[in-house]
Order: sequence, then structure tokens, then C-alpha cells
Amino acid sequence: MKRYLLPLFILLVAFGAFWVDRPNVKPLEIEALNIERDLKIHQGLDLKGGVHLVYEGDFSKIEAKDQEKAHQGVVNVIDKRINALGVTEPVIQKGQIGDKKTIVVELPGITDTEAAIKMIGQTAQLKFLEQKDNKWTETGLTGAHLKNAEVTMNPETGDPEVAIEFNNEGAKLFKDITQRNLQKQVAIQLDENIISAPTVQTVIEEGKAVITGKFDIKEAKNLAINLTSGALPVPIKLIEQRNISATLGPESVKKSLLAGVLGIILVALYMIFHYKTPGLLAVIALAIYALIVLALFKLIPVTLTLAGIAGFILSIGMAVDANILIFERMKEELKGGKPLGAAIEEGFKRAWLSIRDSNISSLITCLILIWLGSGLVRGFAVTLAIGILVSLFSAITVTRTLLRFFIGKKIEKFIKI
Amino acid sequence: MQFLGKKKKWWFIISGMIILPGILALIFWGLNYGIDFKGGTILEIKIKDKEYKIEEIQETLKPLGLPGLTLIPTADKTILIKTAPVEKEVTDKEKAALKEKYGEIEEIRFESVGPTVGKDLTRKAIQAVILACVGIVLYIAFAFRNVPKKYSSFKFGLSAIFALIHDILVVVGVFSLVGHFSGYEVDAYFITAILTVLGFSVHDTIVVFDRIRENLRRFPEASFEEVANASINQTLGRSISTSFTVILTLLALFLIGGDSIKPFVFTLLVGITTGTYSSVFTATPILVLWQKQK
Repeated sequence: MKRYLLPLFILLVAFGAFWVDRPNVKPLEIEALNIERDLKIHQGLDLKGGVHLVYEGDFSKIEAKDQEKAHQGVVNVIDKRINALGVTEPVIQKGQIGDKKTIVVELPGITDTEAAIKMIGQTAQLKFLEQKDNKWTETGLTGAHLKNAEVTMNPETGDPEVAIEFNNEGAKLFKDITQRNLQKQVAIQLDENIISAPTVQTVIEEGKAVITGKFDIKEAKNLAINLTSGALPVPIKLIEQRNISATLGPESVKKSLLAGVLGIILVALYMIFHYKTPGLLAVIALAIYALIVLALFKLIPVTLTLAGIAGFILSIGMAVDANILIFERMKEELKGGKPLGAAIEEGFKRAWLSIRDSNISSLITCLILIWLGSGLVRGFAVTLAIGILVSLFSAITVTRTLLRFFIGKKIEKFIKI
Repeated sequence: MQFLGKKKKWWFIISGMIILPGILALIFWGLNYGIDFKGGTILEIKIKDKEYKIEEIQETLKPLGLPGLTLIPTADKTILIKTAPVEKEVTDKEKAALKEKYGEIEEIRFESVGPTVGKDLTRKAIQAVILACVGIVLYIAFAFRNVPKKYSSFKFGLSAIFALIHDILVVVGVFSLVGHFSGYEVDAYFITAILTVLGFSVHDTIVVFDRIRENLRRFPEASFEEVANASINQTLGRSISTSFTVILTLLALFLIGGDSIKPFVFTLLVGITTGTYSSVFTATPILVLWQKQK
């Protein structure tokens, strides 16, 4: 019974992986474990096109103990703004460069980058000012008192405006301000610029106002979104920008994938030519290996970049190496006069030490890269690490199980190295 | 076949002959750093309908006073416009000036990296390499703790690191040479490639060392040099087979893969070739010389 347990397990894993790898596979949801996966290959920016932005926040005016909170605050505000733009699968993360706090924003598939940058970068500090001694002074009413903001059209001029609605506290403040400044000017200031300064005609009690300015419809819409999502707690500065054209990505990827497939076919041919039947078994084991790795990419999920694909191809090299180590060892044992069964077992046993030590040292490198590396380097290290872990399983378990199948049977004579 | 003995010095001479030109190139030309390291901007454009000359574009952009402005035409009939780090307003002006002159231009790529980002990348890359080396030495010292008492397991680890430094010197040197002529740049991908070579080089060395470890136990009477030589012979078939398959895949990627990954694949090709060579012809001779000393 025990003899069949391992082959059964391998078969199960292979079919499971195949099920996940199928094109048009349905999303996986396991409510009890809180697992939800769409089982798609997530493509990184360099494959899909889009824009990669890095902002540096100026936290110098925030107390040290509140900086972490403010950092998260910036991420939350940008997240809200991006969501309003309707970008699919955006990435907005906290980052660190040296001792500076940064925010990384990735927007796949976006076409109007300039508009997005303008919108993200707007601090959206809204303030209401009144005149005291002929100078504009703050009234204490700010964007923080807003409940809602939306674009409306001025019924007379047809120009776009932003209609705002205050919360209870804001409405009270606004009522006082209008009372104090009847027939006088109040100003609306956005990010240090006064955008309009209307004269108060009546006391406004219901907490509603309209911001007019010289905006076009797009600007008005962005302003409304930014006012609703709140002001950025600190000013931010764009320090890195990469626009990756969607036309550059797919072509490069197609070529590279084709090359990868060709490379794998050549390797398979070499293995079969050089190691005969065991080589063929190794190729089968490698096919199962590729199925499992791909399934893991979908399940974890791993965002695949060009560097990630390179890591995957390299891990195939390491998986092939494990098989070569085993076969070379078997060859030696056979030359030494051992019968086939013993040579196979001995080959695996002795090759295992080399495979283990060499792969662990590669894993150490991968872990350091995942820990220290930034986006691109990390993507590479993650796929390589997954590949190495799976290759340990495939070489030792799958190839061995397939080889054992031949021992003591009539077909044994097909095993020649 | 005898690989060690008197032949040892030849392997060192060959290594020297490969490394020396690279080091000279490094001294005289340095490395061709990309904007990932120095900071700066790259704008890649395709001018659609109009005729243009590179000199003409240079003239168009001159009034803007862009620092470090360089224009490079590419094989795909696009133009790379590079500058030192500048504020966003300046790049906006740059694009506007081009649009005014040439009408429809297709913006294929735009990258802008601040100078602090580059410094951080350099620091992290150096940290990663040092940490990885320390990790590998410690792991090898641990994995080889059972070698006979008279041989130090740390010498195994450190010899592997020597081979590693050899490989990094070869790769960086060759890249400096090639970079000078082909325009390949040192970018984040280059760091990834160096780290991969690092992993692979040690991977290869360990396979040889593992064999030495095993043979030391099997033949306690033989000299270290004899054991090492036998181990090289026994693992040579595997070294050639493995490197051949990896190089096969990389060659396919280099010859027909996308342009954007070519410098990356090239670095890997050089690194993996030297990695295989060094595990046999650098790491093992050094280990033998070192273990001989008391």
C-alpha cells in the first residue's frame, strides 16, 4: 500500500496544479479559510504598461510619534483619489528611501498620466478666509469640515463649479462667518492660492456653498474628488516617474516568452539525447514542476514582471541541474558495478547532499534579496525562491518515483544511461 | 586527468588575462551608470510623420538649458533623450518644445529618477552582496563542519567567496568593456544579474566541494590535492551538462528575446560561464593551496 502512496500524491498535486493552470479557470473561493483568489496571472507594469510613481513626503512639520500615522494617512488619501479615477489593480504602498518616507504608486493601463499626477500631487488644503485689518486671515473653517463635494453647472454661465456641503460643525462655523462678513468679501483658498473671493450676500444657514473659479470640467471633477477624499496631511514631491508604454511591453514579452519556450525545448531535447530514458523521465518531472510553479504563481498570487520571468527560467536551470547531478551519480554507481535498483537509490542519496547545499545557498541569497531589494529585484527573488523550493520536490520525489516504477519489471532494460 | 599540481598556476594566469582588461576598462572608462543610479530622465520618443535630424532636435532643446542633455537614436527608429535630474516643470517644457516642432510625437517611455533614489539603490545593492556573502560563508562552514579535523571548514566557505569575487570582477570588467562600446548601462537589472551570478557561482562551487568532502572521508590516506583532483574529474560531466543547458536557455533568450532584457541576459551569460569555470579552476586550486598551509 505504502508503495502507491507517493505516486498517488504526485498525481494529485499534478492534477491540482493543472486544474489551477487551465485557461479560463473560475475564481477560487473558500469562505471557511477566508481565501479568495481570481487565479489569474497578475502582470506587472513592465508587461502591461502603465505608470510607476514614487513620492517623497515632507514630514518635518509632524511630530516624530505621529509620523507613522501621517505616512499611512497619505497612502489612504491617495488610495481614495485613485479609486475615484477608476484604475484597476492599483498599487499604493508605503516605502522608505534612506531615512525619507516615500509612497509608491503603480497605475497599470493608465493613459492620461499627467492628469493622474496632477490629481495625486494636489495637497487639496481648502481654507476659508476673512478680512481683518485689510489682511486675509484664517477663519478656522477648512476642508476637514466638508461632508461632500460635487461638480455642478452654473445655471447662468454654464461654467462648471464645485458645490460643497459642510458637516454640522462646519455649517455652524459657516453661518457665523457669513453673519460676521455680510456685504464683505470672504476668500476660498486652495493650496496657498486664493481661487475665489465672493462678497457675502446673505447669511447662509444650511451649510452649502459653491466654489467658482476658472476651471474646466476635468479640473472641477478632480477638485471635487480631492475635496471629498480629504487633504494630504503633508506636502508630497514626485521623485521618480516611469511611464511604461503598453506597446513596448507585450512585444518584448512575447519575444522573450517564445525564447524561453524554445530554450526549454532545447534543454528537453538535450536531456533525452544525453540521458536516454531517465532523461525523458526528467523531462516529465520538469513538466510537472512547471505546472506546480505556475499554479503557485496564481495561488499566492505573484505579480509577474520581466525580472520575475527571468527568475523562473533560471529556476528551471536549477531544477535541471538537480536531475543532472542525480543521473551523473547513477552513471558512476552503475560503472562501479551496482545493479540498477541499488544504483538509482545510491545516486539519489549521494546527489541529495550537493542538491541540498547548493540550493540552500541560493535560497539564502533569495531571502536577502526579498528582504532588501526593491520592486524589480524582489520580484526576481520571489519567483526564483519558489522555483528552487519546488525543484527540490520535483527532482527528489517526482523523478525518483518515476524511475522506481521501472525497477524489477520487464521494462527495466529501457533504463540505460 | 590532472587539473591541479603544476597546472594550478595556469588557471590563475588565464583568470588574470580575462580580468585584467576588464579592470583596465574600469579604471579608464568606469561603468556606464544608468539613471537608476545617477538619477536623471530618459524620454524615448518616436517622431511620426516628419523628417528629422538628431542635430535639429538638439537645437530645438538647446534654449531650455537641459543639464547633461544627450540624444541617442535607437535601432527601432526611436530617439532617447537623456538629461541629468531636473524638476518636473523642466521635463514638461521639454515635451512641449518637441511637440511644437514636430507635431504628433509618440511618447514610448518616460522615466525620471531623483538623485536620492539612486544612492539608496547603490547602498542596498552593496548591503545585499555583503550580507549574501556572509550568509553563504556561514552556511558552508556549517554544512562542512564534519570534514576531517585537519581541514578547516571555514576555508571551504572563504574559497567559495574568492571564486565569487573572481566572477564578479569578470562580469563587472566585461560589462565595463562592452558598456563602453555598446551603450549597455548599469541599472537595477544589472544588480539582479550580478546577484544571480553570485547564487549560481556558489551553487556550482558547492557541488565540487561536496564531492571533496565525501572523498576525504572515503579516502583518508590520500593527499588533499589528489582528492580534490579526483573530485573535479568526477563532477566535470555534471558541470558541463548543467552549464550547457543553462547557457542554451540564455542564448535563446539573448538571440530572439526582447530587446529590453538583452543587457540582463548578456550579463547572466558571462557570469554563468565564468561561474562554472571558477568553481573548478579558481575555488578548488585556492582551497588546495590554502589547505596545504599549516
